[in-house]
Amino acid sequence: MTSKTTIPVHLDINGRHHTLELEPRVTLLDALRDRLGLTGTKKGCDHGQCGACTVHVDGERVLACLTLAAQAEGRTITTIEGLAREGELHPVQAAFLEQDAFQCGYCTPGQIMSAVACIREGHAGSDEEIREYMAGNLCRCGAYPHIVAAVRQAALEVAS
Amino acid sequence: MTLELGLNQQPAHTRQGSSIGQPLTRRDGFLKVTGTARYAADNHPPGMLYAVLAVSSIARGRVVSLDIEAAKAHSGVVEVMTPLNRPALATDPDAKDHPFMFRLDLLQNDGVRYPNQSIAVVIAETLEAATEGAALLSPRYETEPARVGLDGAESFVPRGVGVGNPAVQQMGDVEAGLESARTRIEATYETPAQYHNAMEPHAIVAAWDGDRLSIDTPSQGLAMAQGRIAGLFGIAPQNVHIRSPFLGGGFGSKGMISGPQVLGILAAKLVGRPVKLVLRREQMFGPVGHRAPTRQTLRMGMDGEGRLTAISHHARTTSSTFDDFFEPAADASHTLYASPAIATSHDAVRLDTGTPLFMRAPGEATGSIALESAIDEAAHACGMDPLEFRLRNYAEVEPMTGKPFSSKALRECYEQAAEAFGWAGRPLEPRRMRDADGYLTGWGMGTATFPAIMFQAEARAVLRADGSGLMETGAQDMGQGAWTAFAQIAADGLGLDIDQIDFRAGSSDLPNAGIAGGSGHTATAGMAIHNAGAAVIARLADLATRNEASPLFGAGNEGVLARGGRLYRRDDESRGESYTEILARAGLAEIEGHGKGAPDPTSQEAYAKHAHGAVFAEVKVDPDLGQIRVTRLVGAFAAGRVINPRLVRSQYYGGMIWGVSFALHEEAVTDRRSGRIQNANLAEYHVPVNADVPSVEALLVHEDDPHVNALGIKGVGEIGITGTAGAVANAVWHATGVRPRRFPIRIEDLLG
Amino acid sequence: MRDFSYLRATSADAARQAATLPGAMLLAGGTTLIDLAKCGVAEPDMLVDITHLRGLDRIEIDERGAILGALARMGHVADHDDIKSRFPAISEALWQAASAQIRNMATIGGNLMQRTRCPYFRDPSNFAACNKRVSGSGCSAIGGVTRGHAVLGTSEACIAMYPGDLATALVALDATVHLGDRRILVDDFFLLPGTTPDKEHAIEPGEMITAIEIPSSAAARRSTYLKIRDRQSYEFAAASAAVGLELESDGRTIRDLRVALGGVATKPWRAHAVEAALKGKVLEPNAVRTASLLAVEGAVDHGANRYKIELAPRVVARAILKMGETA
Repeated sequence: MTSKTTIPVHLDINGRHHTLELEPRVTLLDALRDRLGLTGTKKGCDHGQCGACTVHVDGERVLACLTLAAQAEGRTITTIEGLAREGELHPVQAAFLEQDAFQCGYCTPGQIMSAVACIREGHAGSDEEIREYMAGNLCRCGAYPHIVAAVRQAALEVAS
Repeated sequence: MTLELGLNQQPAHTRQGSSIGQPLTRRDGFLKVTGTARYAADNHPPGMLYAVLAVSSIARGRVVSLDIEAAKAHSGVVEVMTPLNRPALATDPDAKDHPFMFRLDLLQNDGVRYPNQSIAVVIAETLEAATEGAALLSPRYETEPARVGLDGAESFVPRGVGVGNPAVQQMGDVEAGLESARTRIEATYETPAQYHNAMEPHAIVAAWDGDRLSIDTPSQGLAMAQGRIAGLFGIAPQNVHIRSPFLGGGFGSKGMISGPQVLGILAAKLVGRPVKLVLRREQMFGPVGHRAPTRQTLRMGMDGEGRLTAISHHARTTSSTFDDFFEPAADASHTLYASPAIATSHDAVRLDTGTPLFMRAPGEATGSIALESAIDEAAHACGMDPLEFRLRNYAEVEPMTGKPFSSKALRECYEQAAEAFGWAGRPLEPRRMRDADGYLTGWGMGTATFPAIMFQAEARAVLRADGSGLMETGAQDMGQGAWTAFAQIAADGLGLDIDQIDFRAGSSDLPNAGIAGGSGHTATAGMAIHNAGAAVIARLADLATRNEASPLFGAGNEGVLARGGRLYRRDDESRGESYTEILARAGLAEIEGHGKGAPDPTSQEAYAKHAHGAVFAEVKVDPDLGQIRVTRLVGAFAAGRVINPRLVRSQYYGGMIWGVSFALHEEAVTDRRSGRIQNANLAEYHVPVNADVPSVEALLVHEDDPHVNALGIKGVGEIGITGTAGAVANAVWHATGVRPRRFPIRIEDLLG
Repeated sequence: MRDFSYLRATSADAARQAATLPGAMLLAGGTTLIDLAKCGVAEPDMLVDITHLRGLDRIEIDERGAILGALARMGHVADHDDIKSRFPAISEALWQAASAQIRNMATIGGNLMQRTRCPYFRDPSNFAACNKRVSGSGCSAIGGVTRGHAVLGTSEACIAMYPGDLATALVALDATVHLGDRRILVDDFFLLPGTTPDKEHAIEPGEMITAIEIPSSAAARRSTYLKIRDRQSYEFAAASAAVGLELESDGRTIRDLRVALGGVATKPWRAHAVEAALKGKVLEPNAVRTASLLAVEGAVDHGANRYKIELAPRVVARAILKMGETA
């Protein structure tokens, strides 16, 4: 069963169900931004080279720019908009705010989604490990030292 | 526009008294960490179409054909804009009325003058269709050979460099100084072309309503952008409304409106619907500016005590074939080191590239890495410690002009940073230190400096009957923290708690805040805010002190002070009343005041105004494999008054990381045959990743400057890159004994 | 990206069948394919999504070795405790590849099919000549920007460097690719460019990678992957080495040695000459450094990539010596 025009795609995003009619070539990133108005996820390079589009699929961090929306059907997707619960910032979000772990803010949603996963994966054990496992998220403003501090702080909070 | 800043969700502010100087968290922080800060490309007005640029493959020649039919046949494509159907402009995009009116490529003809120049715009119902439509245009060209590289064309001396500085400047007799020197060095350094690469690609959402234009686009200079667009389209500036609440980074590339942004407006005009146009990452390597490459030769002479007898600094740079911007690299030698003779000169070649532009510390960064490397070479030639050498040649007055400095706490910067770094005991000779793992370890330093510049800005302040305040100025936040720092200045200016004021910025319908650039935005717009606050408070004081019913009656404007939403008598603080009471008595719903920020011509003439700093770097180099890692960076900076140390530290860190990037990472590599940049992406055009950045420390050195402006603000956005790049290069030399003369320093330079 | 149709495969057999249709390609993690589709290099008419197939993502380890299902993801294999302890070079090659996000997407099978980063290959709209894209069209890289190009295994038709990390470790450890029932050494799976750089893998239409098998060995247990690059992370190798070492009971004589190079060759590059020169010898720095020079025998540079010829043997020597130091 193939179609070259549009296909129905069912997406489960931030606990809500969405049905879209999409060309198969539509990436998850463009579906989020252009079709669903979930513009918190950013496009920095569109080629998997910057990490700005990091979202969680089935709880793992992935790049929405290299994921077809159709591929994500049947998976659970979380974006930056789905991180805070009932108005309460996620500990990683709160730590980013407190540590000034961003400047222009454009890479920030990707950094935060990446950081949440980094901690969950158990890759936030030391500053060195945080730096390596956060290396997939470019920050042109140079907020890295504060990002490391924020991840370190949030990792401790999540653990306690 | 008003932002819902979500202040209640923020951690409690730590504050005692004045807002200025407090390390508040960002007022826009909640929006940024929740993904609700709205950047230009996040807008989606009803009926919006997507536009995608088609850009040139070649560096020079003309477009012979485009397969418009193929593009239009692609499902979803609505229109293809080419020179043939592009809506008319009121102004020739190649006209240049003043030096900062940059020529734009707006499909004015079929000519191609650099790779990635816009040659068509495809407009479609979806981004996917527009993207594929652009690919289907399959342009064919008539190609001429590309002019590439620092020797790619005949050189000439430009009329001016940077913002119009003379290309050649001289003080004293450099040749005599070199002749008389006991020790001389001469060295040539090359720096590469670099591209700003803000994480947010240039984006625009444009919507026309008759001859009114509504735009969402990132801009570091709203009023200039508004004027430029209005001029191009022949409409009144107030008919152009630009919203730019957040820039996803600018670094100079969003200082001027760029060709692609205007093409988005033209596309909207052509199709009569709102249009969004976002540059693809590779398209940012051409039409939106870059830092031009340089080749710099420095000659220095020193007497028997290690005092400089002469500095000669020559820089070759490049510009485009059709416009002028010349990286003022050699001017870096004007301000830092005392010398009886200084000569700086520039020449340039014109290449088939996009026009270079201001990029974070334009001239200062390129010049600094060469100057600080040469100073390091000079110190070593004299057998002196690099810090001792710099102190020996400390400039007590600005060397080139003889003017006193408005303030200069550089000595304190040297002392504090050296102490924090642990510089004492550093071996003079290179290749003397190894760590436990056998890595060659080196320590290097550099001096940081950046001029304290002010532009022109205006602000409007309002006090309302409910006791709250409003401050408006079209300031731009590209990450430096304008939303927060200006609100702090506004709060103090209005004598209110920061939570009692609304601060509006980022929109062209607000008073002109000047540009966010030259590290001068906080000083300039900050002064406008400060003065607007003072003006409205003066009006309020007037209401009170002239009214017999007021406890302040007769105190006179000078006799009251504003704090915490109340006016007090200076001579008796037990006597005062609230803003609310004063306005209620006067029967006024609100009062307003206006203020301006601008450089003071008198002090401008009398003083040299610069921020200063010192940066110390430690690097480790694998002795066999040439791999370089920066392991420690310590900087100390004196830049006048600090509005918010939390934000300022972030600015210094960012600048210092740019310095690391300059020394070790960034370089656009051009294919000499085609003139194309072969690493026009973020995988191969390297900026540092988190793992490249070591422990960084930035010390904020106290500095009172009574001359720069009433607030004592210099600027912090760009200084960090200066000094740092040279410090890293000098540390690499100290580790390896190999003197880096070409940047970025790479593995192959150190394989030995 | 051109328009294409999307088929979600319901079984491995159905996927293989569908992939033989004209213009059809298998889609796994997508980190190479979607990227190249956006570059205009891959122009599929149909993508056959195999990421939802069950049973192809196993990571099974026993005494004989490890079996990695084609759809096992790089990040999962990298973090697997038994992989870390029994095949450290595999884990190290994986965690040093790309970024954490990409490793969560990219599959082991897909990673073997990763294409070169040659900027001329990746840019069809600006450089028509590329023998890897269009056989016989020429090579734009020769005479161009070559710092990242191969010095080993090149031909007049192609100097594109194979950029992967995992396959370098796999080649060193004598791993085998499972193409359904067919088995082939990873080393043989990758083809030299020769006159047909467009043919990169020994895989035939209708075949699909189903698993990779890594035999257990003492050398695998004592192995490492050393990756040298300009940037500390998120970058392809300037040069890398996968090394496995087994010493005799005297603790100093080399019984078994495996060496493969990455970042310098047109395919994952097994350095048999280095192995042969050192097997049976005492592990000693000078001998190791001398023998490591054999790793780049026959290397040809194209200007800016000359440093790789200098660098690669040093990386090999460092990796061998590092393994010698581990008890």
